[in-house]
Amino acid sequence: MNTEVLARIQFAFTVSFHYIYPPLSIGLGLVLVVMEGMYLRTRKKIYEDMTRFWIKIFALIFGIGVATGIVMEFEFGTNWATYSKYVGDIFGSALAAEGIFAFALESGFLGVLLFGWRRVSPPVHFFSTVMVWLGSMFSAVWIVVANSWQQTPAGYHIVGEGLHARAEITDFWAMVFNPSSVDRLLHVWVGAFLAGAFLVLSVNAWYILKKRHLEIALPSFKIALTIAAFASITQLFLGHRSATGVAQNQPAKLAALEGHYDSLEVADLYLLGWVDQNKRTTSGLKIPGGLTFMVHQDFKTPIPGLNSFPRNDQPKQINAIFQFYHIMISIGMALIFLSWLAMWLWWRGKLFEQRWLMQIFVWAVALPQIANQTGWFSAEMGRQPWVVYGLLRTSEAFSRTVTANQVLFSLILFTIVYLVLLILFLYLLTKKIHHGPELHTEESAAEIQSKRQLPRL
Amino acid sequence: MFLGIDYATLWFLVFGAVISGYAILDGFDLGAGALHLFLKKEESRRIALNAIGPIWDGNEVWLVIGGGALFAGFPVAYAAIFSAFYVPFMIFIIGLIYRAVAIEFRSKEPGKIWRASWDFIYFFACTIVTLSLGLMLGNVALGMPLDENHEFAGNWLDFFNPFSILVAVTTLALFMMHGAIFLTMKTENRLFVKLTILAKNFTIFFVLAFTLTTLYTLLYIPHLSDRIRSNPAFFLLPVMLVLAVANIPRQLNKGAWRWAFASSSITIATLLLMVAVEVFPYLVYSPINPQNSITITNAASSPKTMGLLLRIALIGTPLVGIYTAFVFWTFKGKVKLDEMSY
Repeated sequence: MNTEVLARIQFAFTVSFHYIYPPLSIGLGLVLVVMEGMYLRTRKKIYEDMTRFWIKIFALIFGIGVATGIVMEFEFGTNWATYSKYVGDIFGSALAAEGIFAFALESGFLGVLLFGWRRVSPPVHFFSTVMVWLGSMFSAVWIVVANSWQQTPAGYHIVGEGLHARAEITDFWAMVFNPSSVDRLLHVWVGAFLAGAFLVLSVNAWYILKKRHLEIALPSFKIALTIAAFASITQLFLGHRSATGVAQNQPAKLAALEGHYDSLEVADLYLLGWVDQNKRTTSGLKIPGGLTFMVHQDFKTPIPGLNSFPRNDQPKQINAIFQFYHIMISIGMALIFLSWLAMWLWWRGKLFEQRWLMQIFVWAVALPQIANQTGWFSAEMGRQPWVVYGLLRTSEAFSRTVTANQVLFSLILFTIVYLVLLILFLYLLTKKIHHGPELHTEESAAEIQSKRQLPRL
Repeated sequence: MFLGIDYATLWFLVFGAVISGYAILDGFDLGAGALHLFLKKEESRRIALNAIGPIWDGNEVWLVIGGGALFAGFPVAYAAIFSAFYVPFMIFIIGLIYRAVAIEFRSKEPGKIWRASWDFIYFFACTIVTLSLGLMLGNVALGMPLDENHEFAGNWLDFFNPFSILVAVTTLALFMMHGAIFLTMKTENRLFVKLTILAKNFTIFFVLAFTLTTLYTLLYIPHLSDRIRSNPAFFLLPVMLVLAVANIPRQLNKGAWRWAFASSSITIATLLLMVAVEVFPYLVYSPINPQNSITITNAASSPKTMGLLLRIALIGTPLVGIYTAFVFWTFKGKVKLDEMSY
């Protein structure tokens, strides 16, 4: 394998592994803000206990997120030197802004969030929790802006030619608010809320099944379910907005997502299907004319198919892109169904009697993760063969001074290191979950008791 | 132009300040890690870990900001440096990952083997990170062969030259000294006494390593002191350095560990300032064909981006300062272990 292919594998591997954690931090951050907010309002011990339990899990997730995130920042320079020179003006500013506005906020207040429970007052601690969460939200802003600029470049002009060509900013705000950044950012945020909420749902569903820590598990489940229900339904609209954005801005990618080849025909919307890349046809369960309807609100207008783009401007792995995209959508629908079914049962007062549903929730933690990953796979593979859409090809972007052996060496190193990390992470997570929240309720009741027994002066 | 200084020079100063900030802040974390095995008792190790526990992550942010600052301000240098340093940088990064993971995971199991293994990994990761950092700094100071596209045209094995290895060892000594001094601020009683002794020993280690590096430089790579030789005003820098280092044992003897810490911070900043004075206006010098060198001018982003970055830095830096100060203030004083500790 050559340097380019190895560099792509390494980037895909390191970024996919990294992307397990930040969405959990963002989603869990939101859950923590709600839990601690409830504690501040009601001053009930159960909210304190659940907050402190989830802070410990947050610490574990955040730690790995940071460790694997630093790899990403420098991997542009190590493996994609030509790309870095080409986009440094634009991409670099977004990364610098991320570092100073978002990551510094997040990491600064993290210390107080984790270790400050006894050192600062509850409102100050709550403030720190909110800042950590906002920091993680802002991180997503700059990273998604940078990535969206690669999908739909705006606010730039090209200076120089050949190896010295590069994009320079002409309009900062046009670069930040490029045609796809707002839609994609909202889509990413809500995907992260779902990842966090379903983690909390999973753990508490397990406690409910085992009849452990019920006084904390039931209210925690309800908090996370409320977030999940509203996030999942919002995601339906945001996903739709993203798709119509792709239709306008990246027609070749849209054609790949739906396996649509023929330009003269009305385009169908597949629920399930298979793309035959040799025959260049797609078959499966579909809504005839569905894609045309989604984009143009009629059943007549043809949509440009893959055949209308030059071969070397088309993504290659159409079937993989198609499948990833459809897995994401199917999971999105499943999450809506699951969370609203649970909401309905909650409203009927029968939610926690449904053991089968709790079983499903225990395992459903994987669903938003898979959807987040496959969604990004389809977005990034659908952008190929471009690294910056329509401007710079991936095959021109890698570091030409780095040899294939060097990349192979680092890829093997990352594979080993990340496998060890994943095993340790799962082991410690399981252990913390088995251990469960520390209950301060009884202890403090005893304290109050002992204070009462003190002789009055 | 801003205050009569052109954007590129200004951004060079900003970048230098961020790197110094990183070296001072993460320097004591890494140093504390590199001396971790000198602490023998379980409680001492826990105190040392919890001394940096709430702040190391915030300190590492400076590396992220530095990377972003280089990427945005001097993309050509960012691309050339990190693709050239591919192997040492990957080792650096994996060291950073293990440092983070060791801090986080060590306390999660009480077993002796578990903790001893993480202690070793923690020490090893911090040492490797520091050494590779020093090695890369040494090579940037020395320069490296570049082609006409400003890309690395050498062999990465050449990075292991005597000068850069000496710089790497000096960096390790410097961070261990700095880390030990930081820990004296955070500890009490017998551990405090032990760390005071360690701090003095590491100061001697640093002075020896630095003297050797300086001698080597003057004898074999004299051009690396051209700038300082050309203008006697620059002699203030080595004077400042010697005074700052000499002040460390003095303050430690008085028990004024905050002043000792300030002195070692000044030492780090002065050293980096000396490197900056020597390399300016080059970011990466190409000794074989100097016309291919990367300078702050040919590596710079567009003036528009530079202006934008300066505005980002002007808004962002005070904010970062405020919350760093808030966090340090929250965790000021000696470490007390509680149920949330590592």
